[in-house]
Amino acid sequence: MNQPVRVKTLKIDDRDVSGREDETILEVARQNGIFIPTLCHLDGLTSIGACRLCLVEVKGVSRLLPACVTRVEEGMEVYTQSERLQKYRRMTLELLFSERNHICSVCVVNGHCELQSLAQTLGMTHVGVPYRFPRLPVDASHERFVVDHNRCILCTRCVRVCDEIEGAHTWDVMGRGIDSRVITDLSEPWGDSETCTSCGKCVNVCPTGALFEKGKPVADRLKKRQFLPYLTMMREERR
Amino acid sequence: MTPEELKRLVSQGEAERPEPKHRICVCVAAACLSSNSDQVKQALENELAARGIAPECEVKGVGCMGLCSAGPLVAVEPDGVTYQHVTSTDAAEIVEHLGQQPIERLTCPTETPFFTKQYKIVLENSGIIDPEKIEDYIARDGYTALARVLEDMSPQEVIDEITRSGLRGRGGAGYPTGLKWSTVAKAGGTRKFVICNADEGDPGAFMDRSVLESDPHRVLEGMAIAAYAVGASQGYLYVRAEYPLAVKRLRTAIRQAERLGLLGNNICGTTFSFHVDIRLGAGAFVCGEETALIASIEGKRGQPRPRPPYPAEYGLWGYPTLINNVETFANVAPIIRNGGDWYASIGTEKSKGTKVFALAGAVKNTGLIEVPMGITLREIIFDIGGGIPGGRKFKAVQTGGPSGGCIPEQYMDMPVDYESLAVVGSIMGSGGMIVMDETSCMVDVAKFFMDFCMTESCGKCVPCRVGTAQMYGILQRITSGEATMSELALLEELCDMVKYTSLCGLGQTAPNPVLSTLQYFRDEYIAHIVEKRCPAGVCQMPVREGH
Amino acid sequence: MSTKRIATVWLDGCSGCHMSFLDMDERLIELFQQADLVYSPLVDLKEFPPDVDITLVEGAVSSEEDLHKILMVRERTRTLVAFGDCAVTGNVPSMRNPFGANAVLQRAYLENVTLYPQVPREVIPALCERVRPVHEVVKVDVFIPGCPPSAETIYLALSELLAGRMPDMAKLTRFGA
Repeated sequence: MNQPVRVKTLKIDDRDVSGREDETILEVARQNGIFIPTLCHLDGLTSIGACRLCLVEVKGVSRLLPACVTRVEEGMEVYTQSERLQKYRRMTLELLFSERNHICSVCVVNGHCELQSLAQTLGMTHVGVPYRFPRLPVDASHERFVVDHNRCILCTRCVRVCDEIEGAHTWDVMGRGIDSRVITDLSEPWGDSETCTSCGKCVNVCPTGALFEKGKPVADRLKKRQFLPYLTMMREERR
Repeated sequence: MTPEELKRLVSQGEAERPEPKHRICVCVAAACLSSNSDQVKQALENELAARGIAPECEVKGVGCMGLCSAGPLVAVEPDGVTYQHVTSTDAAEIVEHLGQQPIERLTCPTETPFFTKQYKIVLENSGIIDPEKIEDYIARDGYTALARVLEDMSPQEVIDEITRSGLRGRGGAGYPTGLKWSTVAKAGGTRKFVICNADEGDPGAFMDRSVLESDPHRVLEGMAIAAYAVGASQGYLYVRAEYPLAVKRLRTAIRQAERLGLLGNNICGTTFSFHVDIRLGAGAFVCGEETALIASIEGKRGQPRPRPPYPAEYGLWGYPTLINNVETFANVAPIIRNGGDWYASIGTEKSKGTKVFALAGAVKNTGLIEVPMGITLREIIFDIGGGIPGGRKFKAVQTGGPSGGCIPEQYMDMPVDYESLAVVGSIMGSGGMIVMDETSCMVDVAKFFMDFCMTESCGKCVPCRVGTAQMYGILQRITSGEATMSELALLEELCDMVKYTSLCGLGQTAPNPVLSTLQYFRDEYIAHIVEKRCPAGVCQMPVREGH
Repeated sequence: MSTKRIATVWLDGCSGCHMSFLDMDERLIELFQQADLVYSPLVDLKEFPPDVDITLVEGAVSSEEDLHKILMVRERTRTLVAFGDCAVTGNVPSMRNPFGANAVLQRAYLENVTLYPQVPREVIPALCERVRPVHEVVKVDVFIPGCPPSAETIYLALSELLAGRMPDMAKLTRFGA
């Protein structure tokens, strides 16, 4: 017999909501139409709490908590839209824009980019920190796909989807801090990768123009992600 | 197993040797080694052999004696003389003077506050025993605490004793050790791990290295007691690869302890088994953070993950895991031997026991010291440290490494404990203490630590990865006279944002050196920005017209 | 209501923002019922006048001349508007930043030239080492992202500014729009 499911009741932005004990604040918020911004999180992949956009305030907790990995608790009072949080979120986006060379007007995913649209949603009209303008390579050695490090925000969705869903673990991260970079295999050209199955999942989960398919017009570069929750669900059922 | 049995265990097969008439102890810890104490030791041995008095006089390598700035140090027993700055050419003279009037030229005064004001628990054997000999450790009551625990105490009694002692984590955050142990003990499952965090990485800090190099068995004994208390049978010592001597001595120590049945299966003939393996860090500062350290042991990229779940519940390979720092484990055996109440009688109300500090920077006596909690900074710097050399003026003391802050003159009489340091914007940290005089530029100091945090950020979360780089950029512009006041405002905003939004302790504390120097030395920042002038004369400023 | 003095300037950009400005078509007439266009690359005035209420700045700061001009414009303007992505982010002109100014000159005047290859030293203003968005050089009061911002966006922004209100630009436009 199945374990009884425990349900927790809590408040998000002063609204009474309820969630299963194994659900996160983010999941419950979304079920209730409460918007919490995310970039590294993607339904169907392990959450890692890295982008810090989903930080929320919880009454009685001095730290800010990432909604994507924080489980709901009975009586919790969550605030998602305080001025302080909005300021931090805008600054986080500004830091991301300043980090590499995000030139939206000439980007292959202009109009379909999560970074770009979040900037608009969160009211970020300019970047207050100096742009860094690093010199970064573009690897077009793969027959179908391109990785443009100028647009990468190191969310590691590609790393996780390749490892957790495709099982190839072609992608990983090398270097430290501001010098971190996603790599294929042991930092070899993508086209030479012996582990890559060319499934294209990484391209579809990439929130920006860092990973894209060759030879498609910009308008067709909408990324398809609905397959992910389906795949995870079916796997869990089989288990 | 009784202490007598332990001592018998050691001497098995060895004929009782008479106590030598004179024993010459040469420090062979890293600092003295780097000024050729190994050659001194060799020269002394040669000298004894040449004179044919080797049997009644013995040369012995020992661990750190503390006053590293006076190294190589050599102590002669039972004469009670310590020699400083010894070179191999002094060997003949030292041997000649055995049992005679000490050589005045080389004598290191030991009646000074540097030696008398210290209180040694963690370092009680350092500089006395040969770190490569388990016999030496056992001769000074080593492993009796473990034997007693296995003989007479239940795991809960061990935890109670640690809780009673008031010991708090010596890695920096000061979490109550007893509470941590009981959490792991309560966690379910039969598989648990004990990890010793020896990934000491703060610039200027060398407490853990010194303990491992000088008294490795103390740490192993502490780990074994912890393993018994929480119900673990496997331990890992995560040591940074930059500490080859510590690693070598630990390997030797583990082998010796296993041979005597003090580690491994059925320790002391009981059902308790505990194996210890060494894992080497690859030089990443962030791997001192417990979840990153665990990832590193698991063979993954050394990156922290959000907590909860804490390692006590979900640690190495998903099993409950106890992680303590080297110095924390080094305190365990004495607490068991002398009782928690004894330990709790030392220190302040909330910070018990002693703390080891690595005293460095603009201070006469640099080296390793152990002092009771609650001692004032002034006593540490001016009595034990001997004050500022060259008649210069004291400016600030930096504690807690890149996570800590700079404390100015006005707080010199504040007691050193976890809470007081936090109140003035710094932290206890692992024990690095860098003294700065008037020739240090505080903006430059902040820039140094920010450079460190930027380089050591793992790159996982955005605020730490990009925020530290941006803050470093602004500090660079301030120290080169290019910044404006609006950039200073931006720097403060970034400090706030990085502090409250970063994923792990590295990012959350990275702004501390900037925040504390801004708090106490804001005028220096303003001088750089408005007057284009570095008050300490450290930063290269653009040459102003008309000058 | 007094007539507002509006100016537009063109730094390093493609003039697309000015084209979009002209795309306001008949609404231009409506806007300039309440304002005068006192300086613009679209009108024939040589000197940037003092006492300007609103200046729209198209383009990034790329050359010594841009630098000189923007400092002067800032001094003479009450509300400075970064007009379009080049002014707001550096955009396409800033794509040379990872390589440095010299690499650009080499490429343009030496490597890709067959007849008399030489880097011009006179007449053409010297390039700054780094292309910067306007707000990295002077204080900017309003940001209108877009490449280019649509005529509608410009119209709404200007209407609000003329009415003495600060427009909420994030609702109207975005980077790369």
